This record gives sequence, structure tokens and C-alpha cells, in this order.
Amino acid sequence: MLEIREMVCGYGGVTALRGISLEVKAGQLVALIGANGAGKSTTLRAISGLVPPRSGQMRFEGIDITGARPPRVLASGIAHCPEGRRVFPHMSVEENLDMGAYLRRGSGEIAADRDRIYAEFPRLAERRRQAAGTLSGGEQQMLAIGRALMSRPRLIMFDEPSLGLAPNIVERTFAIIRGIRDAGTTVLLVEQNAFAALEMCDHAYLLENGRIVLSGAGSELIANEHVRKAYLGG
Amino acid sequence: MKAIITILAVAALASVPLWLRDPYLLNALITTGIFVIGAMSLNLLLGFTGQLSLGHIAFFGIGAYVSALTSLGFDVGLPGDVRLVHAPWPPIAGFVLAIIVAGLCGYFVGLLSFRVRGAYFVIVTISFAEVVRLVALNWVELTQGPLALTNIPSIALPLPGVGELTLRTKLQNYYLVLVVALIAYLLIARLVHSHFGRSMRGLMENETLAVSVGIDVTRTLTIAAVISAAIAGAAGSLYAHYIRIIDPEVFAFINTVTMVIMVITGGKGSLAGPVVGGLIFGLLPVALRPVMAPEAQWIAYGGVLIAILFVLPRGIVPSLAQRFRRRRTGRTAPSPVALAETAAKEPA
Repeated sequence: MLEIREMVCGYGGVTALRGISLEVKAGQLVALIGANGAGKSTTLRAISGLVPPRSGQMRFEGIDITGARPPRVLASGIAHCPEGRRVFPHMSVEENLDMGAYLRRGSGEIAADRDRIYAEFPRLAERRRQAAGTLSGGEQQMLAIGRALMSRPRLIMFDEPSLGLAPNIVERTFAIIRGIRDAGTTVLLVEQNAFAALEMCDHAYLLENGRIVLSGAGSELIANEHVRKAYLGG
Repeated sequence: MKAIITILAVAALASVPLWLRDPYLLNALITTGIFVIGAMSLNLLLGFTGQLSLGHIAFFGIGAYVSALTSLGFDVGLPGDVRLVHAPWPPIAGFVLAIIVAGLCGYFVGLLSFRVRGAYFVIVTISFAEVVRLVALNWVELTQGPLALTNIPSIALPLPGVGELTLRTKLQNYYLVLVVALIAYLLIARLVHSHFGRSMRGLMENETLAVSVGIDVTRTLTIAAVISAAIAGAAGSLYAHYIRIIDPEVFAFINTVTMVIMVITGGKGSLAGPVVGGLIFGLLPVALRPVMAPEAQWIAYGGVLIAILFVLPRGIVPSLAQRFRRRRTGRTAPSPVALAETAAKEPA
């Protein structure tokens, strides 16, 4: 579904990705793990067009998206849930969801999708008129996921979805992400919590210093000596 | 509620010439009204996209000069023995051209600066205003430089079947400015509640996220800059045809600062903010003149400015709206909730 070949990327004088190649197959949940600064977020940013690649190639469903600008990437079916502040704080829950459908036309279908998300997350329906900034961290995460789904993506990329959330909310978030995969949407997940990511994924890549050093099924990486020592704490 | 206040305010402003007979005060209201239009255009950028244009007067001044030159005509030599001759056109054509040319300048400045934004935009706008001022000062053949463009004709409205109505009196100009201000207000209101307005707000609230939902940042900011500059150009044209003489001093930095003060004190990001702030700081010098020496006036002006921002830090309109709402609902929790509620109720 998504193929990346020898992609090199950087910011100014700093090279963040030194030629990475990876593949995300349709219907899979693929995890990208690694330490801070390894290039995980940059990979997602390059795919969504926020950072133009210096060289290499990206294809999504057979179409070349190398160097495409963010609106085109999104329109081609890739949604990106960036890390950090997850919502538009002064907009209502409903407006936040509508922002997810920013590039779509046809208010009827958009409203139907919104109702589907409200059915999935009743908490958001209760607070649809409330400013998103007043929601709890977990509710904001649900809203961010709902917003990403509003663009009707076929591939959805999550950047550190567990960051700053209480443990029980993290678990719920991971369950939702698995649910998204089970419902047929492909997922590319960047996660600090390597163990949880490896446990839930179908395939994983380990990034170190802008290079992919290891790839395989999640269970294989969990069993790998180097991964255990460096990322799983023993 | 909001609609009632708006209608009452417009009715009150429309009734002013009925009871105010003093031509000096009417004149002060007209020039203030023109600056309020400029402040509204600045608010579109500063309040709804977060970009500070510290050269906003350039668009105003360009509108004034374009409109004046269109209606006066000119005959200038260009390099290569070419002479550019323009016969006078009706002032209303100047008004339209002022809007177009100022809008194009907004596009140019946006193109130059929005790839980097923030402080760069501030610097580019300041420099742009200064360059334009120097051109107006030194291209004497076209602009008469410091000698000023004089005898600029008043705006004449073409009336189908009757002929033309030339707006010479203060009364007529008062209503002209009021109508243009109202149109600008409604245009901006419509804009910020549209799909486009949502992208401006999204951008200001969380740029990373705005990009991730497909908002084209550069394009959004450039469009906002074009509309903002065009409205400022319209205000400049009104100014030129009302005052009927303009010199490069219109580009003075203090004029931009005045607009920024109007927007910040009134409340940036609120539609009525620049109107309230504009009326206060446009009329304050007039109110102070009879009671104070000129030097003391500026001190008082600064004192009022500081006092307002100290008591109502978010600006007059947003702060008062919040207090009013809190009293009515009896809630102590501050506003984001209520803000979003009102925003959601308004037609998008």
C-alpha cells in the first residue's frame, strides 16, 4: 500500500533520515519504534508532505507521492495525527471534527460520518458544543482520532498517541487503534512505548540514527536481544 | 442579542448628523471612521490569523495615492523617452482601482514574507511601508513629493437617470464613510464565519494540526493579506477624496501604530473590537484638546491606553462580553466553553 525507497530527509544542515526503506501492507498495523531523535516523527512528516525529502521515492497505492504537498497527500487517503497539542482548543468538539473533513465536499456525507464517530465515542456527542480545550486528555485523544477518521483515510498515521495520557487512557487508545485496523483501515504507528507497540502490531521497524536497523513481526522484535536490551528494559 | 446591539449601534451612528451640528466634530468623526475601516482590515490579519502587519498604512496610503492620481490624471516620463499620460477619470473609478492595486500589493507582500512568517512578516511590512513612503516623497513628477497632491476631486456617485451626486458636504461624506464601514464590517464578519474563516482560525490556534487537516498555510495567509490590504486601500481612497490633499506623510509609521492601538485596545479577533477601539482613540484627541495643553494630551493618550489594557487585558469588547456573560449565567468558569457555544450557534 505504502512503499518508501531510500528516503533521505533533513532540516537545514541536519540529516534526520539517512536513506530509509519501508513498506506498509494494506490492512496491517505497522509500528515504527526507536529512541528520541531516531527519526520516527520525521518519517511521518515526510510521508504527509510536511518535510520535503531530499532524495528517494514514496508510492501510495501505486501512485508516486514523493514531494507532494500535505493537502494532496491527505486527499490521496493518508491522515496524520501529529504529536503534541491534539485539538483546536477554542473550537467546539463538533467544529474540530468538521476540520477533519476540511478537504471534503458534501455536507450530508460529512454529517453522517460525524454521527458515526459520535456513536463510537458517546462522550464526544455529549460535549459536541463544548470547547475542545476544556476536554480531559483522554477525551481530546478520542477527538483527535475522530477528526483523523473524518477525512476517510485508507492509511492513518499516529505520532506518539500515548504521550501525556494516564495509563488506563493509553490502554483505551491502543484498543481503539487496534479497532481501526480491524475495521480495515491501515495504520502506521509511531510509539515510545516500544513493548505495547510491538505487542499490538503486525509488522515493526526499528529506527536508529535515521536508519532502519531491524524489521520483522512484532513478536520477532520482542524476542530480539538488541531490542530487549535497548528498548524493553532488559 | 449580538444582532440587537449591532443594529442599535448602527442606528445610533446613523443618527449622529441629525443632532450633531458642529462641523469640527463631524469632521473628526469622518476621519475617525476612515481609520476605523483601516483598523478593521488590520484586525482581519492580526486578530484572525495572528500576523502583525506593522506597515499597514502602506496599503492605506497606496489606496489614497492611486485614487487621487486616477482622478487627477498625470503625465510622467519613464526611462527610454516614454511618456506615461493618464487623463483624469471619475473618482469612483479611482476608488475601485485603489482597492485592486492595494490588494495586489497585499499579494506581493504576502508572497514575499509568508513562507517564513512571524517576525519576518513584521519586518517585510515595515520595510514595504518605508519604501513606498520614499517613492511617494521622491518621485516628484508623479506625486509632487512633499508639495502634496492637491485639488483631489470629491467622490461622485453615478445615479442612473439623474446624473451624478458629488459628495462635497461633511454630511454626505459622513454617510459615505458609514456605508463603506458597514460593508467592510459585514464582509469581514461573513469571511470569518466561512469555510475560509475556519481555516484562518485553525491556523492561528494550532498550525501543525491545521496543516495536517489539509489547510494550505501560505495560501490562506496570502488571501487574508490581499483582502485586508484591499479594504485598507478602500479606506485610503475615502481619505484622499474627503481631505482632498495628500502628501507622503500619510505613510508615517505613527499612523500604523494608531491602527494597531485601535485593534489591540478594542480587542483583536473580535469583529466590533476595532470599531470600539477606533472610536475611542480616534476621538480622544478631540475630547482632550479643549482641556489640556498639546504636550499633556499625548501623555493622557498613553495613560488611557495603559489603563484600558491594565483593566481589560484582552481588549474592551472580548473582556466586557465575557463579564456580561458570566453575570448572566452566574458562572465563575471563564469563557472558552461559552465562546465555543456562541461560535457554534452562529451560521458557519
